[in-house]
Amino acid sequence: MKVRRIKNGTVIDHITSGMALRVVDILGLGSHNESILSIVMNVPTGNGGTKDIVKVENRELKKSEVDRIALIAPEATINLIRFSKVTNKLTVELPEEVHAIVECKNKNCITNQHEPVEHWFSVISREPLRLQCKYCEREAEDIASCLI
Amino acid sequence: MNFKGRNIVSITDLSREEIEYILKVAKDMRPFHDGGKVSKSLEGKILATFFFEPSTRTRLSFETAMFRLGGNVIGFSDISATSVKKGETLADTIRMGDAYADAVVLRHPNEGSARLAAQFSTKPVINGGDGAGQHPTQTLLDLFTIQSEKGNIDGNHIALVGDLKYGRTVHSLAEALMHFDVKLTFVAPKQLQMPKEVVEHVRASGLELDVCDDLGKVADVADILYVTRIQKERFVDVEEYRKVANIFRVDMELLESTKDDLVIMHPLPRVDEIAPEVDKSQKAAYFRQANNGVLVRMALLQLVLTGVGL
Repeated sequence: MKVRRIKNGTVIDHITSGMALRVVDILGLGSHNESILSIVMNVPTGNGGTKDIVKVENRELKKSEVDRIALIAPEATINLIRFSKVTNKLTVELPEEVHAIVECKNKNCITNQHEPVEHWFSVISREPLRLQCKYCEREAEDIASCLI
Repeated sequence: MNFKGRNIVSITDLSREEIEYILKVAKDMRPFHDGGKVSKSLEGKILATFFFEPSTRTRLSFETAMFRLGGNVIGFSDISATSVKKGETLADTIRMGDAYADAVVLRHPNEGSARLAAQFSTKPVINGGDGAGQHPTQTLLDLFTIQSEKGNIDGNHIALVGDLKYGRTVHSLAEALMHFDVKLTFVAPKQLQMPKEVVEHVRASGLELDVCDDLGKVADVADILYVTRIQKERFVDVEEYRKVANIFRVDMELLESTKDDLVIMHPLPRVDEIAPEVDKSQKAAYFRQANNGVLVRMALLQLVLTGVGL
C-alpha cells in the first residue's frame, strides 16, 4: 500500500475510478478541512479493474454525509476506524432528495436566477437513476454533467 | 379535507379526491358569482396579486373571485413600479406579500418560482403560472369545464391540439387527466409535439393514448377538442413559425363532421386557430371556460383562507 494506514478516521473505499476528487469536493473535505487527507486513485482491484480510495484522519463521517456521494460512487464502502481497527462498515445509499450536489440545467429555472436557494432534486427512480428538479419539475439529463 | 393555509403550486401536488373536492366547492360558488347571492366569507382578508408577467384572465379572475367573497386585493401587474426593478429578489418580494396579505397569487416568468415563493411565505401561495411550468388553477378550471359541460370527466375522449411542446396548460392538464379514466390524443406538428417525458408518463399511467399530427383524424371521434395557440414568441426563427402557424384551424367546415355534443375548449387568448364564426356554436365552450375560472379561484381562495367551502 502506498498510503499509510490510519489510526482513527474514515476510509472511503471502492470509489468509482476517477471520482475521488469529486468525492472530496462533495463531502467538503477540500481546502477548508483540517483533517489529514489521503487520496489514492486508480488502485488495481482483484477483478482487473481500478478504484479510488479516500482516507480522512481523525474524522468519522456521518451516514448522511456519505450518502451524498451515492450519485457518483454508488459502490463505495465506508469504514470507520478507531485505534487502527474497523469499528463500523457502511454502504452508501441514495437519499430520497438531493441537495446542492446536482444543478438544474434549465436556464429558466428559478434556482438559476440569483435567488437564495440551493438546487434541490427528488429521486424519482433509482434504477435507472432519474432526478427531478423540485422547483421547475424538469428531469436532469446526463446526471454526471449536472454535478456541481 | 382541510386546505387551510395550503400552497397550490403544482397540479401534481393534488390527488384525484382533492381535485374533485375543489371542483365541488367551485360548483357551489356559482350562485355567488352569477346568481345574485352575496357572501362576505373573506371579509377582512387581503389577497396579494404579484404579476411579474402580463395576464388578463388569471389576474382579473382572481381579483373578481376575492371581491365576490368580500375580500380585498393589493398587488402589481407591472414590475417597473416596484423594487424588483432595483434588483430585489423574488424571495424578498414574497416576504413583503407575506407581511401585508393573507395569501399571495404569483405569476412569474421563471419555472419553479411558485415553489420558491411557498418556501419563503408563511401564508398560502397560489401559482398563477410560472414560466413554461405549472399553471394549476388553469388546469382546475379546465377540469371543472369538462365536468360541467359533459357531466363527468371519466369516459371522455379528449384531444389536446396545437402547441403541445411549449404550452404549459396542456402539460398540466395531461398530468391531471392521469387521475381519470379518459382516452387522450395529442395532435401537434412533429416539432411541437408533447414532450417525451409527458408522453411516457401518460403511457405508464395506463391511459389509452394516440399521438398524431392530423386534426382531421380525431375531430369526428373526440368528445373534447382542447385547442391551444401556436406561440409565436417561442420561435427563434420566424420562418419555422410560419411553417406551423396555421396548421390547425377549427372552423365551421371541420365542425360538420364532429359529434353533436363535442365541446371545444381553449385556454385563450386565441388567434387564428379557432375561426370567429365558431363562437356562435353551442360546441364552443371557451368563453364559458374562462368564466369558470372565477368559480374555481373563488373555491381555492375560500379553501386556503378558511378551510371550508360555502
